[in-house]
Amino acid sequence: MHNVNAKTLYEKIWEAHLVHHEPGQAPLLYVDRHLMHEVTSPQAFEGLKIANRPVRNPHSILATLDHCVPTKDRNKPIADPIAKKQVETMIANCETHGLSLYDMDNPNNGVIHIVVPEHGFVHPGMVTVCGDSHTATHGAFGALAFGIGTSEVEHVMATQTLPQEKSKSMLVRVDGALSEFCTAKDIALSVIGKIGTAGGNGHVIEFSGEAVRALSMEGRMTLCNMAIEAGARAGMIAPDQKTYDYLQGKEFAPKGADWEMALDYWKSLPSDEGAFFDTTVALQGNDIAPQVSWGTSPEQVAPVTSTVPTPESFSDNNKALACKSALNYMGLAGGTKITDIEIDYAFIGSCTNGRIEDFRSAAKVARGTTVAPGVTAIAVPGSYHVKVQAEEEGLDKIFLDAGWEWRDPGCSMCLAMNGDELKDGQRCASTSNRNFEGRQGKGGRTHLVSPAMAAAAAAAGKFVDISANNAS
Amino acid sequence: MEAYKNHQSIAALMNRNNVDTDQIVPKQFLKKVERTGFGAHLFHDWRFNPDGSENITFELNKPSFKGATILVTGDNFGCGSSREHAPWAIADYGFNTIISTSFADIFYNNCFKNSILPLVVDSAKLDALMDEIAANEGVSFSVDLENQTVTTPAGNDFSFEVEPFRKHNMLNGLDDIGLTLAHEDKISTFESTQKQNMPWLWREA
Repeated sequence: MHNVNAKTLYEKIWEAHLVHHEPGQAPLLYVDRHLMHEVTSPQAFEGLKIANRPVRNPHSILATLDHCVPTKDRNKPIADPIAKKQVETMIANCETHGLSLYDMDNPNNGVIHIVVPEHGFVHPGMVTVCGDSHTATHGAFGALAFGIGTSEVEHVMATQTLPQEKSKSMLVRVDGALSEFCTAKDIALSVIGKIGTAGGNGHVIEFSGEAVRALSMEGRMTLCNMAIEAGARAGMIAPDQKTYDYLQGKEFAPKGADWEMALDYWKSLPSDEGAFFDTTVALQGNDIAPQVSWGTSPEQVAPVTSTVPTPESFSDNNKALACKSALNYMGLAGGTKITDIEIDYAFIGSCTNGRIEDFRSAAKVARGTTVAPGVTAIAVPGSYHVKVQAEEEGLDKIFLDAGWEWRDPGCSMCLAMNGDELKDGQRCASTSNRNFEGRQGKGGRTHLVSPAMAAAAAAAGKFVDISANNAS
Repeated sequence: MEAYKNHQSIAALMNRNNVDTDQIVPKQFLKKVERTGFGAHLFHDWRFNPDGSENITFELNKPSFKGATILVTGDNFGCGSSREHAPWAIADYGFNTIISTSFADIFYNNCFKNSILPLVVDSAKLDALMDEIAANEGVSFSVDLENQTVTTPAGNDFSFEVEPFRKHNMLNGLDDIGLTLAHEDKISTFESTQKQNMPWLWREA
């Protein structure tokens, strides 16, 4: 039973951004913030040039270099000539159009979805886009944030709008409390495990419930970041005092009288009591255990305490076939204990888990340990600010003493475009967001985990149930 | 954008579910600054052996599917990244129609920017179409976007849904940006109103 006048957070933002809607045409939605990086923009700038169109609102754009940049030896030129050209193209395009770019020499440089919140660039209620599926991250601020293709990047630059069809709404409630060993990453993996990578198709997800409210802003960013892996258009969390406290004082946050006005508006945004959601999914925080993905899809996850499933254990034939294929690629046998799976690599970083709290959490586990023989472990702060903060707290020393490499910021091994990659058959405990075949390198075997789990795996050389074994 | 024309063509069968964008175009090819030439990279890791030769066991390398413009494939096609390089590769390779039970949202949107028609059918129909191709590789289907129908020799004909706006643009090869800029006055009005009601969004940094 719902109140027909009650609106969801999504509906409120949608209605406030409708520029025009006539029969026979898609609704036209206004875009407040456009985030950019070097990989999905060059063809868009080229398109503007060919059509002789300017960028309509340069002040709405914040750009960075992240996907192709090296995370070490940054004083040397980029080794890959194609990547080098792509980076140079971005720099030139931003200069031509007067766009703010955090290039590699800029102390603000880092992964786009990490640096944008650092500067308070996205506020509750904003429509935010980027040529990158993990734009969903900014939904943590109660913004409508989603990924777009390069043609749409060009469209937004030229018109500051996007034709968009309205999505359905899905409410994902996580009540109860997470154990001290579980994180937003484990909630995300549990949700995707439950509804599948197509479960959110056609929907915008709103996350709610006690366990979600209890997350810090960084935790909320991790959760919303992964909404795309459940097939959702976007993932959102209603703003609250944590959101306002996080934003206050940041470079692009409203100041003075503006702050009070903005605050009034933001407080009107959370979904009304009785608002209608097309689909509801409920989880209990207490039931969530540290997760490990075992297959080649983010939905192929299991608690660390369990075993790799067998194809026969799936009643759905498609899932059974997918399991068989995944086990073959991953070189795993059904029935294997997750805690028996040995690793070659550990990676902490990415727009999912590259923030200061992630490194604090991992450092707690890594302190006093040594990376297991044969394992390479790299810690990649999501931005220079994260790196500097971590060094102020002595976290870098903890990782270095344990035998980890301490790198400069970039997307790095999340998608291995910059030379940080797995070799054929290597197995990685990774805090990134996708475990598709070849994602981290051809033949590379990715296991998605939280930062603490990655740190524990690096020390043991295999996955560890951190809830049973205080690995510090 | 090229207009989509009604046509008849060989339908290629790729009976896999959850084909993700990392398989459609692996990331090493995303470093290019051009929009062209991505057809050579389509399904790269499945299509080619490590030494660069064609993998003859990959279904789309079958001679019977040569020249196909229609791809029939499994659930949740195009899941993963927003990379438009995926539809660029598909279009440049030669496909302009994809038939499946479901598509990932971002990929679905990107198709329409590239004259690719993504058609959704139910499970039973997809099975029937896949069976028809498997029984007779090289069979041709006819696609009629105007009437929103597909016909096949074995009679597995079906009607499909497509948003009227998208259909109109595809049939006429219309440029999205040009169409939007026809409403430029409304965009300006929106911005003036927002400047008044939410001035903090428009302060110079």
